[in-house]
Amino acid sequence: MQRNRRIQPSRIGKPRDNKPREQRRGATDSRADYLDKLKSYIQNHRQIFFNTFRRLAAEPVQTLMTSLVVAIALGLPAALYVGVVNLQQLGSRVETTSQLTVFLKNDAVESAIAQLQEQLTSDPDIASVRYISRQQALDEFQALSGFGDVLEMLDENPLPAVLIVQPDDRFHADLVASEGLVGRLKALPLVDDVRLDMKWMQRLQGMLQVGQRLAFSLGIALAFGVLLIIGNTIRLAIENRRDEIVVVKLVGGTNAYVRRPFLYTGIWYGAIGGGIAWLLVAVGLLWISGPIGRLAELYQSIFKLQGLGFSGLIAMLFLGAVLGLMGAWLAVAKHLASIEPR
Amino acid sequence: MIRFDQVSKRYSTGQEALSGLSLELTAGEMTFLTGHSGAGKSTLLKLIMLMERPTHGQLLVNGKNLNRLHHSQIPYYRRNVGVVFQNHQLLFDRSVFDNVALPLLVSGYQSREVGRRVRAALDKVGLLDKEKLNPIALSGGEQQRLGIARAVVHKPRILLADEPTGNLDPKLSAEIMDLFRQFCEVGVTVLIATHDVELISRMGLRLLELEQGRLIHDRAPVYAA
Repeated sequence: MQRNRRIQPSRIGKPRDNKPREQRRGATDSRADYLDKLKSYIQNHRQIFFNTFRRLAAEPVQTLMTSLVVAIALGLPAALYVGVVNLQQLGSRVETTSQLTVFLKNDAVESAIAQLQEQLTSDPDIASVRYISRQQALDEFQALSGFGDVLEMLDENPLPAVLIVQPDDRFHADLVASEGLVGRLKALPLVDDVRLDMKWMQRLQGMLQVGQRLAFSLGIALAFGVLLIIGNTIRLAIENRRDEIVVVKLVGGTNAYVRRPFLYTGIWYGAIGGGIAWLLVAVGLLWISGPIGRLAELYQSIFKLQGLGFSGLIAMLFLGAVLGLMGAWLAVAKHLASIEPR
Repeated sequence: MIRFDQVSKRYSTGQEALSGLSLELTAGEMTFLTGHSGAGKSTLLKLIMLMERPTHGQLLVNGKNLNRLHHSQIPYYRRNVGVVFQNHQLLFDRSVFDNVALPLLVSGYQSREVGRRVRAALDKVGLLDKEKLNPIALSGGEQQRLGIARAVVHKPRILLADEPTGNLDPKLSAEIMDLFRQFCEVGVTVLIATHDVELISRMGLRLLELEQGRLIHDRAPVYAA
């Protein structure tokens, strides 16, 4: 079948350009034409998608090097983020125990302790008081710690009696007021020492916040790094293909057509880098999950290490691809326009 | 088809390559363009290709004023023009077939159509059996024919050639010229810039001679050839 009609799908983005031509043709014809254009436009994208990957695969060392740099730049903040998330998870478990541990003197008698408990329970600053006798403390310790045998070797129970004091809710986030309460409790005659569990909690929360910010700012800084790395790689690719670009422009290739393979190359670098970054974090987590598990066991904790997961993989691939596209765009915008046939 | 109207081109270096040039090429005409080096032949071709813009005057191609053509329209305009370069401008990282296919891919032809047209163009220049080779493996004459196949594969209405027989012996040159004549016969407007005086006189076609950016000679075709 002879067909002299031209199909120019790369004009799809600019239907405006088509007007005179469309008007010359019949309406049904131009619709068929439009479908043809759309088809070959998609075909072009698909071809470039695979062609650019094949080009990268043909130079595995160069590709892997660039992708690895991208992976490290993406993996560092991702690892930090995973660390913060896990610590937060740990933190959320102890949050409910933002309480005061009141250690009583060993010579305190039971009746005096009961009186003290009553006195504290009626205190408006205190929500509840729980008493753990020396024997209870010992039982609990033996049951939980696994050091029971060691304790049996001792002549005497070394553990003090304890009052677990839950302060009123308004002390929850108020360290200064909590310390006032601690001072008041410490002054009581039966009390040996008071420990504010909240203090280290708040420190942890503070550190987590710092960690979060750190992960975020590191992420931003390294994202810029990724842009520059990919931008520079694409700049070299453009330089290497200068002749081809000139010829393509001479035979009527649009800027979009010339740009497309470089943008896809950037996307590939970014996505491959993102994938490797995810893998690095996953392998790192796997590596420390053994010791962490044993540690959690020792603490009687049901703490479970959280990884990036499948959604994390998708996010890393997407993030990498977007950064790759942006980096490639930077290079293309800067260098492609300067290559014109002379 | 192509009309120069008082066209001047001054480069940023101050060199005036064309001054007040006026000429007209009708559709389906085959014309030679000659003159010494630096007479403005290449500049004239570059203006038609929109590789350069005129400093003064107007250039109309197919009724369109190129001065009014927006930068973004240039690619679509160039798809109507085929160019054969003296240095061939071939890409040595791909096969003969892929070199010829480039103008079609750029314009978004479907791959089925691409294969058919590329083979037709290669057949025309006698390189059909070499489509899988790398152009580097071709002789000078073959490379030039490959350049021609690429210039005509998308059936442009205008065909420009800059010294297409530059480094070829007379027999090969004659072959190349014969090809151009065939395209002219099917309605393509052909403009060939060349030094090859002997060739020009033998073919007896219209001849434009430039000197220092001015048209000093416009010889009508001699139909004896």
